[in-house]
Amino acid sequence: MIELIKQPWPWYIAGPIIGLMVPLSLIIANKRFGVSSSLRHICAACVPANIEFFRYNWKSELWSLFFVGGILIGGFLSDRWLIGSDDIAISEKTVAGLRGLGITDFTGFMPREIFSWEHLLSFQGILIIAIGGFMVGFGARWANGCTSGHAITGLSDFQIGSLVAVIGFFIGGLFITYFIYPIIF
Amino acid sequence: MKNIKYLILGILFGIILTKSEVISWFRIQEMFRFESIHMYGIIGLAIVVGAVSIFLIRKYDVKTFYGEKIYIEKRPYNRAAIYGGIIFGLGWAFTGACPGPLFALVGNGYGIITVSLVFALIGTWVYGYFQHRLPH
Repeated sequence: MIELIKQPWPWYIAGPIIGLMVPLSLIIANKRFGVSSSLRHICAACVPANIEFFRYNWKSELWSLFFVGGILIGGFLSDRWLIGSDDIAISEKTVAGLRGLGITDFTGFMPREIFSWEHLLSFQGILIIAIGGFMVGFGARWANGCTSGHAITGLSDFQIGSLVAVIGFFIGGLFITYFIYPIIF
Repeated sequence: MKNIKYLILGILFGIILTKSEVISWFRIQEMFRFESIHMYGIIGLAIVVGAVSIFLIRKYDVKTFYGEKIYIEKRPYNRAAIYGGIIFGLGWAFTGACPGPLFALVGNGYGIITVSLVFALIGTWVYGYFQHRLPH
């Protein structure tokens, strides 16, 4: 069993399990399944600064902080005990395309040429690691949700606002992929 | 101690995100290049399972563990969805990670992602600060 879990999980196994998060969050917590609101609760708990957006009883949302704490622990446990091999079977076209941008290291979950402490203060490092992170947080709150809240929960409930947000995610993502990455590498 | 179940749910989600390679920057690039079914299959099937679950919950009026009626908050269409969505998409293609994977990656030992996570918190805070001056 554990040997089976150690293999990479195919999309047709992983997708339905992720989908089960929707009813589990509803039945256990009566909450929309979503991750990014945890970032708001952390701000409200740590640096509310008397801003209206952060003035609410964040303690009633503690479940969300336990949830993201669990995600972190789940990542740790996977890395420690459930990783079979380091190589991710990305399509050859993507590998070729990324090689064209100058990426050579395809081991692990992200290219070390970009995601490392030595490169953090380079132009690409600041843009991709720091400004990218800023936009994930800022955009998710402005759009009132991220991949889990909009693409999975919202679309599962056929909500038009979520469909619009997901179209936005792709407009942004495709712009970086096709116009910005070829320029900055 | 009631929060322990959310912790367990989170651990499960962290393992799924890691084992399904959703946390991989390469997988996200592959998705935006339309070169594999991997991410589309995962998100698509997750939506199918989510939609069937919501249908069944409504049809049979399934209650929560505590016997409460289940309520799914609506997110209306507004300009914030498109503007915020685009900015989120820019960040997603850069970091290769949405909020769940940011936490899972830190757990997987990618310490550098703590920087992205801190900046995601700063982004959230800055949104809160400017909320009333942004179109919604």
